[in-house]
Amino acid sequence: MKPARFDYVAPTNLDDALSALAAGGGEARALAGGQSLVPMLNFRLGGPATLVDLNAVDELAFVEPTEEGGLRLGAMARQQTLEHDPLVRIRAPLLAEAAPWIAHAQIRSRGTIGGSLAHADPAAELPALLMVLGAQARVARAARGSESGARIERASSLCDLYLGPFFTSLEADEILTEVEIPGLRVGEGTAFAELARRRGDYAIVGVAVRVRLGADGLCEDAAISLINAGPTPCLAEDAAAALLGEVPTPAAIANAAEIASLQCSPAADMHGSVAYRRHLVRVLTNRVLLRARGRARERVV
Amino acid sequence: MSDVSIRTRINGEEWTGAVEPRLLLSDFLRGNLGLTGTHVGCEHGVCGACTVRFDGDPVRACLMFAVQIDGHEIETVEGLSPAAGTDLRIADLHPIQRAFHETHGLQCGFCTPGILMTVASFLERNPKPSDREIREAISGHLCRCTGYHNIVAAVARAAELLTEVEA
Amino acid sequence: MSDRRRWIGERVPRIEDARLLTGRAPFVDDWEPPGTLHVAFVRSNLPHAKILDIDTAAAAAHPGVAAIYTAEDLGALCCPGPVLVPPPPIEGAIFHARTPLPLAREIVRHQGEPLAMIVADSRYIAEDAAALVSVDLDALDAVVDLSTALNEGAPLVHSDLGSNLAAHVRQTKGDYEAAKSAADRVVARRFRYDRGVAAAIENRGVLAEWDARADRLRVWDTTQAPIPIRAAIASTLGLSEAQVRVIAPFIGGGFGPKVMFYAEEILIPWVAMQLGRPVKWIEDRYENFFATTQEREQLHESELALTEDGRILGVRDHFLHDSGAYDPYGLTVPINSQCTLLGPYRIPNYESEFRVVFTNKPMVTPVRGAGRQHGVFVMERLLDIAAKELGLDRLDIRAKNLLDPDEFPHNHEIIYQDSAPLTYDSGNYAPALAEAARLIGYHDFENERRAAAADGKRIGLGIVNYVEGTGIGPYEGARITVEPSGKVRAATGVGTQGQGHFTAFAQVVAEAVGVNPADVRIVTGDTSEFHWGTGTFASRGAVVAGNAFGAAAQAVREKILAHASEALEVSEEDLELVDGTARVRGAPDVSIALGELARRANPLRGAVKPGTEPGLEATSYFGPERGTTANGVHALIVAVDPETAMVDILRYVVVHDCGTVINPMIVEGQIHGGVALGIGNAFYEELTFDEFGGTTNASFMDYLLPTATDVPAIETAHMVTPSPLNPMGTKGVGEAGAIPVAAAFVQAVEDALREVAPTLELVDIPLSPGRLFEALQDAGEEA
Repeated sequence: MKPARFDYVAPTNLDDALSALAAGGGEARALAGGQSLVPMLNFRLGGPATLVDLNAVDELAFVEPTEEGGLRLGAMARQQTLEHDPLVRIRAPLLAEAAPWIAHAQIRSRGTIGGSLAHADPAAELPALLMVLGAQARVARAARGSESGARIERASSLCDLYLGPFFTSLEADEILTEVEIPGLRVGEGTAFAELARRRGDYAIVGVAVRVRLGADGLCEDAAISLINAGPTPCLAEDAAAALLGEVPTPAAIANAAEIASLQCSPAADMHGSVAYRRHLVRVLTNRVLLRARGRARERVV
Repeated sequence: MSDVSIRTRINGEEWTGAVEPRLLLSDFLRGNLGLTGTHVGCEHGVCGACTVRFDGDPVRACLMFAVQIDGHEIETVEGLSPAAGTDLRIADLHPIQRAFHETHGLQCGFCTPGILMTVASFLERNPKPSDREIREAISGHLCRCTGYHNIVAAVARAAELLTEVEA
Repeated sequence: MSDRRRWIGERVPRIEDARLLTGRAPFVDDWEPPGTLHVAFVRSNLPHAKILDIDTAAAAAHPGVAAIYTAEDLGALCCPGPVLVPPPPIEGAIFHARTPLPLAREIVRHQGEPLAMIVADSRYIAEDAAALVSVDLDALDAVVDLSTALNEGAPLVHSDLGSNLAAHVRQTKGDYEAAKSAADRVVARRFRYDRGVAAAIENRGVLAEWDARADRLRVWDTTQAPIPIRAAIASTLGLSEAQVRVIAPFIGGGFGPKVMFYAEEILIPWVAMQLGRPVKWIEDRYENFFATTQEREQLHESELALTEDGRILGVRDHFLHDSGAYDPYGLTVPINSQCTLLGPYRIPNYESEFRVVFTNKPMVTPVRGAGRQHGVFVMERLLDIAAKELGLDRLDIRAKNLLDPDEFPHNHEIIYQDSAPLTYDSGNYAPALAEAARLIGYHDFENERRAAAADGKRIGLGIVNYVEGTGIGPYEGARITVEPSGKVRAATGVGTQGQGHFTAFAQVVAEAVGVNPADVRIVTGDTSEFHWGTGTFASRGAVVAGNAFGAAAQAVREKILAHASEALEVSEEDLELVDGTARVRGAPDVSIALGELARRANPLRGAVKPGTEPGLEATSYFGPERGTTANGVHALIVAVDPETAMVDILRYVVVHDCGTVINPMIVEGQIHGGVALGIGNAFYEELTFDEFGGTTNASFMDYLLPTATDVPAIETAHMVTPSPLNPMGTKGVGEAGAIPVAAAFVQAVEDALREVAPTLELVDIPLSPGRLFEALQDAGEEA
């Protein structure tokens, strides 16, 4: 279990990293925290000719507040930041709540936010968490051929990022550089739960939700995202929509959970059948919505 | 690809030299430096036996390349206590090591060095952990001998000993 | 003797810890002589195939590759390995021995079977070259499913046998049919126990160095049995045993599979001699899932015949045992299942028949528990089901059938793995069961259950018995020497994999010769230090090697006393051995240090008296006539979430009896680890295969070992019924913790769900949340 040979570059700024990736012509890969990529290299499952190590690109390693009360998370911010940074706890309590469930401390210390998002494991927590918060990703690449300027950047919703298991809309020369999430609004509550075989494992099924209640107690906004309940991290849009304009009574929540369960498309594996996963989606969605509702009520003014 | 020069500090000592980019940090520490206290159990980042501290944080040495420690600091089990020479006395060991000895927190000892490195970081961050917090902190380590019972006791004892040291 | 400082029974912290905690204790992979070459194997990715061609030309041309070998290149070395454990002499038993070649020729019979060996400057380069070897395999239908492997028309693992039957054994006691016809109730069920890996955190490894000037071979090996390995290497390579030194240094966990004689253990020394360079192979985790032996798949069809009031009249158990592609370890595992099923119970009639089956899966040899799990699972499940059907309390039905203390020795009239009749030496079962019930709160549990239910929690309790045959022969030995420094060195042949041998054996020696255990330096697992013995397996170290140390220590004590008596001019009866001195009772100032006596016993001038031996040294051996019988009770409380099928273990209690305890701290540690492995087997670990026989979860990401958040705190209590079969009265404990866990676990889960799913019956291991969910769905449909 030793990796095959590769060429290695360790640029110290984003432009150099983008150039190096572009120069690889599809045979180069960005190395972020490496907590998923290096095991694959050790198993010799696919071997890039060149690794472009982003760990010295300090400009991507940040967690910053936005003026709108939200956060910008640089791609190379370590996952453990979500657990320990007080700013995250205040502005994105969902991320702080869920961070301890992302693998183990020794992985979170090295694993990055951007790496997890770009890896597109349908069983990973971060894509679903950021999706339910309405995150926007920024993606950059070096200018190609006739394009002017050094760097071309684009924005992408997280939903548009995911095309299939371990398959994103990122081009081979693109790097996901950061995500931005809006701040928690008045009347908004979030919650997360997952079931895993063991602490730190990928989820059998996980659910993250965001609910906003008006002063009248009606649901003004809701989002539900599912972990490992389909080929990609995904929003259960119909389930969330069923809550809009409703008082989130236990019956309304159970109804939303039922819709999520019916509409998700999980796969079977050694840890559970399709029926078991659908069932867990219903159970967890129900539980998590109740918890988020309680938190939202505390934030209604 | 040709070797890449790196400059790093290992257990407080400067090291400069060149390494092949694909050389795993675990193999570098063991093979190039002879720091064989860092053990290799799975080489895919699950068992935790190879855990070392990278700038103070516990990391899997099998999921990093040696080139990546350029400009950074690594601490291995050999750096925990200064013990040298032939007369290895428990009293001279690091409080965490002493705690593992007192509580029978190791059997075959293969997974132990990695756990010690995680615990060192954990107790810095959380000097008075609960049983639950201890179990979560070491849940990224596989031990097949102890059933974890005495490892949990060892971490609790280490927290006590470290507090005594500071007091 | 009242003067002795008691070390046996003390919680002496381990002497070996300091080296392990500082990372100095050397494991096999920590040695690397200059110029060492590294080996990688090309292994079959198919479970059953005809080998058409192996083209190594491109790999051989790869820079840094020293040599490549296929079966064709091995010459006489390419012959089937030995049958390590010949089957015991059981009347009418059939056994077909089939053992693997070092490198496969013509046919591969399981995934991961080695096809080619690459020797290179580094493991990295060896793996680069392995990727360049072109292997042309023609896939054959594979035998995967144990239940259909003996069917007419099934593909054949060994075509010359005409079927996949590896062995057939029937053992009986009394007349089960007659018991059945007299019974008020017969409970019949099918049980399944699936396959897992031992997963020592250290993988296997071998390093060999041929010293051409000394004409000697040195081999470092992660083996549990260095002495038999030395014999096998010497005889295979045509060397004298004196030319071969096998060192089993610190071993990172054994758990059974490291007691094999594997192809790598002969290939690596052979290559080292061929090339005249040190050669090292370290198994990686992926290889470990194929190249190291595994255990546990069995299918049982079982019956329990009882009276109305729950008295056992007889048991019938027919089972299939999956041996994997070969059977080098004989019948140890299925015989353990057969013999352990009887448990602590009075069972007058027993009919047990098993068929061992070849499949295209990795080889099966003992893994901690070694088949005993299955027997306990079947018996305890039958009792649970019978209790339910008869409306009896599950504790009562057990208590009522326990053997009484006056029924020992108890002959079960069948043959055990050590070829001796299965005869329990001693035991005191009822107090152990009562103590476990008390510790877990059995009699107050209904209140606890109600209180938990009021909090919306469903909790359940499980409590089961087990008996474990331990401490089997043939023998072990020990040599003890008092050195002129006053320190004691002592050597034995068994290797150590974390069991605390350096401390427990030191305690035995220290007590007899009156020194501190810290002054006793134990050497294990180095054939140049001690070369008689078999190894560390079958929960036998403390019993067999322990008593050899005891005997040798007693002999040294006698020599010390004789010399001291002469030196101090007092009779031996007036002497005591304390703090490294021999001194006169009541006059401690009149003393002589052991070191001084050692010098006098080995004088540089003058004469050693005729009829005596030089030095304060003795070598002794201990060979028990048969194995000792340990026993215990496991009890646990679980909380089950019926909505998610997740299970939490809230409490775990073990009451066990391994006779005289040398070091309670070490014994408890053995139990903790065993329980954790048992929890893994019960709820987390399962090796899965696709329909073609390929393993689908060969990584620690997908094969789930329990972690610190999955294993609860474990409460232990010691009962002591000394074995009459050895002077110290010890019984084995190494495997005990792992044996009854699954049986206790499923009982507790069923109990927690008894109101949600009264018909739920868990008969397959491992359980998992997904499986439990399905079982709950099925039970719901039935109800």
